[in-house]
Amino acid sequence: MSMLEVRDISVRYGAIAAIREVSLEVRQGELVALIGVNGAGKTTTLSTIAGALKPYQGSIFFDGAQVHGRHPEDITRRGIALVPEGRDIFPSLSVAENLRLGAFVRNNRAEFQRDIDEMVALFPILGERMRQAGGTLSGGEQQQLAIARALMSHPQLLMLDEPSLGLSPVLVDQIFALVGRLHARGVTILLVEQNVERTLDIVDRAYLLHTGSVEVEGTPEHIRSLVDVEGVYLGDRRSKA
Amino acid sequence: MITLDFAINAISLGSTYALLALGMVIVYGILKLVNFAYGELLMIGGYSLFVLGLGPRLPWFVMAVLAVGVAVLTSYLTERVAFRPVRENSLTAMLITSFAVSTLLQNAALLIISPRARAVPLPDVFSESALVLGQSVPIRNLLAIGTSIVLLLLLVVLLRRTVLGIALRAASDNFRMTRMLGVPANLVISVAFAISGFLAGVVALFWVGRTASVTPTIGAAPLLVAFVATVIGGMRSLEGAVVGGYVYGIVFSLIGVLLPQALLEFREAFMFVIVILILLFRPEGLVRGAGAARKVG
Repeated sequence: MSMLEVRDISVRYGAIAAIREVSLEVRQGELVALIGVNGAGKTTTLSTIAGALKPYQGSIFFDGAQVHGRHPEDITRRGIALVPEGRDIFPSLSVAENLRLGAFVRNNRAEFQRDIDEMVALFPILGERMRQAGGTLSGGEQQQLAIARALMSHPQLLMLDEPSLGLSPVLVDQIFALVGRLHARGVTILLVEQNVERTLDIVDRAYLLHTGSVEVEGTPEHIRSLVDVEGVYLGDRRSKA
Repeated sequence: MITLDFAINAISLGSTYALLALGMVIVYGILKLVNFAYGELLMIGGYSLFVLGLGPRLPWFVMAVLAVGVAVLTSYLTERVAFRPVRENSLTAMLITSFAVSTLLQNAALLIISPRARAVPLPDVFSESALVLGQSVPIRNLLAIGTSIVLLLLLVVLLRRTVLGIALRAASDNFRMTRMLGVPANLVISVAFAISGFLAGVVALFWVGRTASVTPTIGAAPLLVAFVATVIGGMRSLEGAVVGGYVYGIVFSLIGVLLPQALLEFREAFMFVIVILILLFRPEGLVRGAGAARKVG
């Protein structure tokens, strides 16, 4: 049974349709990607799953329970964590406080310190910056903090929105390696990326979005066989025919 | 002439203003709402004291605690009844709602009590003086300073050491993301309004303490003070509100002694000139919020 099931959701910003009848599913332990060019509706899809946007049609089920139309805080409590585009770490809070809030839904003091130690092991730079304000971190450090903060809630499903955006090539390598490591540890991940080629190298399955609809879905091999992947990256979606 | 009495008076005024500004900014930071009904919370606190004074003789301290409690409850209820239903709409809807709440509360006081000033019970210490380093200083001013310091320290502990406090600060940084981490929006907002009402209630004790009376329109002046203090200090941080409050109180007192007698009635105009200069040359206020220092890349 799938952990997350999105059926035919459509979302509008005012009168403009952002996504139309998007369906997707993520199974336990999978690493699934939403790929596509800018404006294809990837971020809208993630924000809708997270409860920040309300679909005007369609349904979203998580662990068998209906979650569309629920408040974002409700959805987080059910085990979905979003690392938003632009990271959205709290600039005036220290790194430690950012992580503390990440564990807000856990409320488990005993495990809290162990989780912090684990995050420091995973992201050593955060250990050095614990007392620093989040706003003073570099872009790459902020991205690591945003992911660590999401992991502090022990999510069943981790959603990452463009984690490599705006980072230097070395950091992009690190982020992709990290996503692979988290996946290997059994974390279920829904990843949004513009870096199509690299994403297809690490995921189990992917959905290619184009102008608000799912165009192709399946395994990386399947997608590569149908679509000129480099073309997608450059905004040209002509099929290999 | 800067005497000890003057310094204590100025710092006491600044302390009161700092608490006032903090009460306004704690709500503004999260909802981006300038609550124009904020002054009415002071009025409610003042009238609570008046009503309690009519009843059986209670120790003043008990009455003061009850009056502050009524201000907290009023603030909480205005959020539940008036602001929460329109929160999902535009910010303008909230702003207009705050005017409506302000007008309603004022008119309620006019109708139920009286347009005329009512005397509030005050403890004797409010009119007594103490000798500090050989100078006579009103105890009321020392109490205002002491109370502010205690409350500011309590708030620092709440905001830095408790999860709820960290969540409140996070909500001022980015309310949407705070909810995304599972922090209930209603909880954070209710707590912010309760703290706002608490600070307004405490300030009300000192505010009505100066004239020993309360009127339905008594909230207008403290609302303006809170607003101006936050403009001076910066609306983006709680520290800014505190700095703004102290700067306003101290500068206002200084203007009072520095201006020649003939110009004293224009004291407020001089204060506003300073505010305009700040808006022109440092529109973000004296304290820049951490958000402004955010690094990109």
